[in-house]
Amino acid sequence: MTPAAASAARVSFDAALRTRDLAVGYRTRKTRRAVLEHVNLAVDSGELVCLLGPNGIGKSTLLRTIAKMQPALWGSVELGGADLRSVSHAELARRLGVVLTERVAVEALTVRQIVGLGRYPHSGWFGGLTDRDRVAVDWAIDAVGARHLAARDFSRLSDGERQRVMIARALAQEPVLLVLDEPTAFLDVPSRVELMGLLRQLTRERPLAVVVSTHDLELALRTADVIWLVMPGGELVTGAPEDVVLSGGIGQAFEGRQIRFHPEERSFRLLTGSGGDAVVHGSGLRAALAAAALEREGYTVVAADAIAPAVSVHAHDTGWRLWTRNGECSGADFASLAEYLRGRRAES
Amino acid sequence: MTKREAAILAALVLGLTAVFLISLAFGSTSIPLRRVVMALLDSSAGGDSASMVVTTVRLPRSVTAMLAGAALGIAGLQMQTLFRNPLADPFALGISSGASLGVALVVLGSGYGPATAFGTAMGMRGDALITAAAIVGAALVLGLVLAVSSHIANPTTVLILGLMFGYAVSAVVTVLVGASQPERLQQWAQWGFGSFSGVTWQRLRLFGPLTVCGVLIASATTKQLNALLLGENYARSMGLAVRRARVLTMLGASILGAVVTAFCGPISFLGIAVPHLCRGLLGSSDHRVLVPAVVLMGAAVALVAQIVSLLPGSAGVLPLNAVTSLMGAPVVVAVLLRSRRGAFAG
Repeated sequence: MTPAAASAARVSFDAALRTRDLAVGYRTRKTRRAVLEHVNLAVDSGELVCLLGPNGIGKSTLLRTIAKMQPALWGSVELGGADLRSVSHAELARRLGVVLTERVAVEALTVRQIVGLGRYPHSGWFGGLTDRDRVAVDWAIDAVGARHLAARDFSRLSDGERQRVMIARALAQEPVLLVLDEPTAFLDVPSRVELMGLLRQLTRERPLAVVVSTHDLELALRTADVIWLVMPGGELVTGAPEDVVLSGGIGQAFEGRQIRFHPEERSFRLLTGSGGDAVVHGSGLRAALAAAALEREGYTVVAADAIAPAVSVHAHDTGWRLWTRNGECSGADFASLAEYLRGRRAES
Repeated sequence: MTKREAAILAALVLGLTAVFLISLAFGSTSIPLRRVVMALLDSSAGGDSASMVVTTVRLPRSVTAMLAGAALGIAGLQMQTLFRNPLADPFALGISSGASLGVALVVLGSGYGPATAFGTAMGMRGDALITAAAIVGAALVLGLVLAVSSHIANPTTVLILGLMFGYAVSAVVTVLVGASQPERLQQWAQWGFGSFSGVTWQRLRLFGPLTVCGVLIASATTKQLNALLLGENYARSMGLAVRRARVLTMLGASILGAVVTAFCGPISFLGIAVPHLCRGLLGSSDHRVLVPAVVLMGAAVALVAQIVSLLPGSAGVLPLNAVTSLMGAPVVVAVLLRSRRGAFAG
């Protein structure tokens, strides 16, 4: 049986994750300390869910509980309709794969051997791989686009490549749910974007649900099907990224004294004070960049027909020209524009 | 298993056979290899003195060396993988300190009299008593470490715990040594040198099955050990019952270490060095090839150490512990330095 056939067979039963009045946290001998309570969440097959929230709010605890790496305090987690408490770790490993933040320090194993370890819950006593296992390993390596890495030593890969391989290893378990706890934490920006793109692609191509926690809010809002946002008070806001943005929850969760979330651009901006309104004339990239420079220097960019802006800038092919109430000046690059703006604000 | 790995294992088998025969031929008097082989193949030809020496003195000694080497190598491999620490060895949990305490109490302490009386009553004398004392001492320390560590989540903490127990127990031994009479210190030092010669055929009947069992258990857990290479969190997420695997591995490795220490004295170094040698040689951390390689390499290295310890000839023997460390340390350093430059790339 090929992995594809195996996947098709799985469609028959419910692949969704569901939590019912779940409370996660820590228990000591005497007390239970809940980090998150009354968590009612559901994931359908084919969905990419991004779990967002400030540091230390309990995202990892929630994911660890969903993955049965720590027990629930109250309530239940159901995978494919079965309560996790009634599923053995070995059985769970055939349905749920996990990728963690932690760097794996292992010497002298090839990528193929690492991915082969993902067959652990399927293979026999000595861990020998059958042809069926090898097909699954090859498929998983291809699925993350790591075929060219297969024979390489894992310890010699970049961090981004390693996380790809760890995802392939989880896929080799042939799970219906993939749980990833900040898999992009150590990665550079292109690798982060690639990794999220990969996760999205995986949910499109097969009956797989993915839950991933990340601090990369803007990237998450661009790629996720569903956002789970943990608010500072511990309540959860869930929905499509745009609905979550519209609810204003992201601003509440992340805004601070110095930053504001701009829903239209789905990004954060530094508050740099107000130098007045500014107008940008021109079009294309140069105009957009001129607006960016103005905003960074503390101006509010307004529509081109605004009345009496403090400055107006025309961005053209060879540089910029700027008018104020007192006169005008021009320059070739954005450094000179920014320098002029700084000088102007210092005077006032 | 790749062709290269198979070739290395085959070479190890050949090498082990060669040093095994040499170890039988070599000793206070040299016996030609031809007669060694004859004595081995034809037990009825045991008439002459040369065959007698081979079958009654050298063969049990060499078999003991091989078993001890294999056992220590495997136990070291288990500990290094479990704790993901290249410095871990079979005695990382204070096992050899515990065994030392047992032996020290019998050999040095005022307990010698009562213990001897007790041992005699149980039909044990001399070496057998020392062996029993070492096993009891090691078991007590191991039991203590396992009991405390069952409440600890972090494997590194368990390792530190074992080291601390070891230090504490060693301190007690030092106090005993300081307070003991000089003539008894001689016997104590002798035990500390380590030796494969004390294990007769009769004692091999116990030593053999114990070590073989331990090695078989380790061989049967290669899959678990491979999963542990990724760390306990990942191993758990792939379906391994981590706590159980940890206790079983610690128990298995420590029992191997304790048994070897009880019968041969505290043999240092083999347990930490042999796994490194094999990883360097194979360029792989896959336990399915590492375990057989470590068994073969451990046995061969122990035999070589045994041969070298006899080199002074009639002038006596070198302490086995000194030989293993002096011989092995440069080799391990060389392997580690090479691996930095790419031997591990396989």
